[in-house]
Amino acid sequence: MKRLLKALGGWFDARLGVRETILPMLKHPVPARVAGPMGWWYVFGSASMTLLLIQILTGIGLALVYVPAPDNAYSSLLSLNHDVPLGWFLRALHYYAGSGMVVLVLIHMTQVFLHGAYKYPRELTWVVGVFLLLCVLGMFFSGQVLRWDPDAYWGLAVGGSMAGRVPWVGPWVVGLLLGGPIIGGDALSRFFALHVFVIPGVLLLLLAVHLWLVLKCGISAPPVPGQIVDPKTYDVEYKKEVEKGVPFLGDAMMKDALFSALAAIAVVALAAWLGPVGPSALPVPSETGANPRPEWPFLWLFGLLSLSPPAAETFIILVFPLLLIVGLLAVPFVSNRGERSPRRRPMAVLAVVVIYAVLGALTYQGATAPWSPHMTAWSGAPVPEDVVRRSNPVELRGAVVFQYKDCRNCHALEGQGGRRGPDLTDVGRRLTRDQLIDQVSNGTPGGGLMPAYGKQVSDAEMAALTDFLVSLRPPGQPPARSTTEPQTARKEP
Amino acid sequence: MTEPHPNPETMPRRGFFQKLMTWTTYAAGAVAAAAVGVPFVGYLLGPLRKDLEKWVDLGPLDDFKDLVGETRLHTFPNPLGQPWDGKAAKTGVYVRYQGPGRPAKEQFVIFAMNCAHLGCPVSWFPQSGLFMCPCHGGVYYASGKCASGPPPRGLFQCDWRITRAVRLEVKAPHYPTLQDTLRPEDRS
Repeated sequence: MKRLLKALGGWFDARLGVRETILPMLKHPVPARVAGPMGWWYVFGSASMTLLLIQILTGIGLALVYVPAPDNAYSSLLSLNHDVPLGWFLRALHYYAGSGMVVLVLIHMTQVFLHGAYKYPRELTWVVGVFLLLCVLGMFFSGQVLRWDPDAYWGLAVGGSMAGRVPWVGPWVVGLLLGGPIIGGDALSRFFALHVFVIPGVLLLLLAVHLWLVLKCGISAPPVPGQIVDPKTYDVEYKKEVEKGVPFLGDAMMKDALFSALAAIAVVALAAWLGPVGPSALPVPSETGANPRPEWPFLWLFGLLSLSPPAAETFIILVFPLLLIVGLLAVPFVSNRGERSPRRRPMAVLAVVVIYAVLGALTYQGATAPWSPHMTAWSGAPVPEDVVRRSNPVELRGAVVFQYKDCRNCHALEGQGGRRGPDLTDVGRRLTRDQLIDQVSNGTPGGGLMPAYGKQVSDAEMAALTDFLVSLRPPGQPPARSTTEPQTARKEP
Repeated sequence: MTEPHPNPETMPRRGFFQKLMTWTTYAAGAVAAAAVGVPFVGYLLGPLRKDLEKWVDLGPLDDFKDLVGETRLHTFPNPLGQPWDGKAAKTGVYVRYQGPGRPAKEQFVIFAMNCAHLGCPVSWFPQSGLFMCPCHGGVYYASGKCASGPPPRGLFQCDWRITRAVRLEVKAPHYPTLQDTLRPEDRS
């Protein structure tokens, strides 16, 4: 039996030439220390690839059921969640393996950056890697659109509006992005094609180039402080290094395989534990109420936008990401020589720390941004009882005006309500009656966050409203007073 | 593989024919590439065609006579959509009848639902007379003018007309963006 198998294998190999071509590639020599403990730094790229395999597998599985048309996309997703055996698991795994891919690709990139592995002669490997990162992010965005729910729908609308701001050619970009005059089947089909054919095709092609470059330039040796990269001498030094090296097919590959297996087990466990994400509801554009937040890899940009003045928006949306990409692409050309060890590159370490701290803070901001008004607070969040317990009838009337004029949609009382504007639980301590009238009537000066209510409330309503607002302060606290007001300020009613 | 290669040096010179062959191949290749590429690119650019003028009936004018000054949301399946759009084609417009006394052009004002900021659907709050966007806090006055928040302009207005049968029709709105508004007079 064994002899037969061997003969069969030999027959195929004589024609395929695996032993001549593929085997030497797998056995390509890597620096000896990669087989040691330092080798654990080298496992993230191959683990991303393992998750990519899971994505291809689960993606094909999902495509067997998913309908990329608006009238049935949502129901086919529900069917996957509830009817198709293990459909829920495939959806969950596709989401968590995709998330894991973003995480691992970022870690891989960070490791390459910190170890200076992008320096000569591996500049192109880094550049291709940046485009691979863009592909992974593109997959994440297009994948969210396929999860045809209000977040996906209005996310697409936001994307369309952003594209519409491109100078001069905006309308054409919108047309090509959405594929039709309204956001519907054409847009969904196009994002399906992007997600299933275009981006994966580009990604696999780039991945082949990336891997070829890894083979061609060799795996960089673990950095040693004082060992300088000089393009003139590096090739000779590296050749010497790998002459003492070990074949990749061995300890180095084992580490890759073990970590890949652990990564796969981790995403499977996450998927089984947390289950599929969405779809939250069928998107109906004529229904009011939407609050699209992007998927987590894009929350930082959302957070940045929520902190920025409207005037900076177009720049942040259209130019800033391009600058970031150009910055990433420029890394190996700005510094392609010199020290590789992070111990001798404090600025590189600092840059990584700062970038991740900023991204983390912005992501937190994006996840919690009080950007959106609370559209149902005017009717859904009553004025807290203890706020009005000791109010006089005029102040009570003011509380009614406060609710009825939708102030609560943006202003919380005791934490309940919108957080777009400040919480007004103790505004009577902060603003005088005149300031309140000015603020309510004219809104934020210069077109800020608060609309001018001057024409929306009658004089009586305004009087009651300001009485109510002045009364909003902790018991025993005097109302706010202006420094320009005479000491004998008018008496509190 | 077993056939002996002819020695090129002993072969008769075929310079001219070789060149002809080479250039013919280039030319044929270019023609083939164009024959495949031009229609394909044309197909991809298809969505940029602009022949979308469809009108949606919103009911007889008399139905609005009792609603002077009131802002109502009218929803309808957008005829610009695809048959397989399902509920995704359901579009809404805010319609207000301003009364017969005005210039004919101002009798109606019709707003698209999409916020001028990033396209989210705005809600009308009659008690405060404001349109509010649920996404990023854009607020508009009843006139459609931006009251506060990030929108760079007022709400997008739709074209409308009264038919001979005295019915109100609105021009089916495409997805409006800053440089692609719904009325020609809105282009900045």
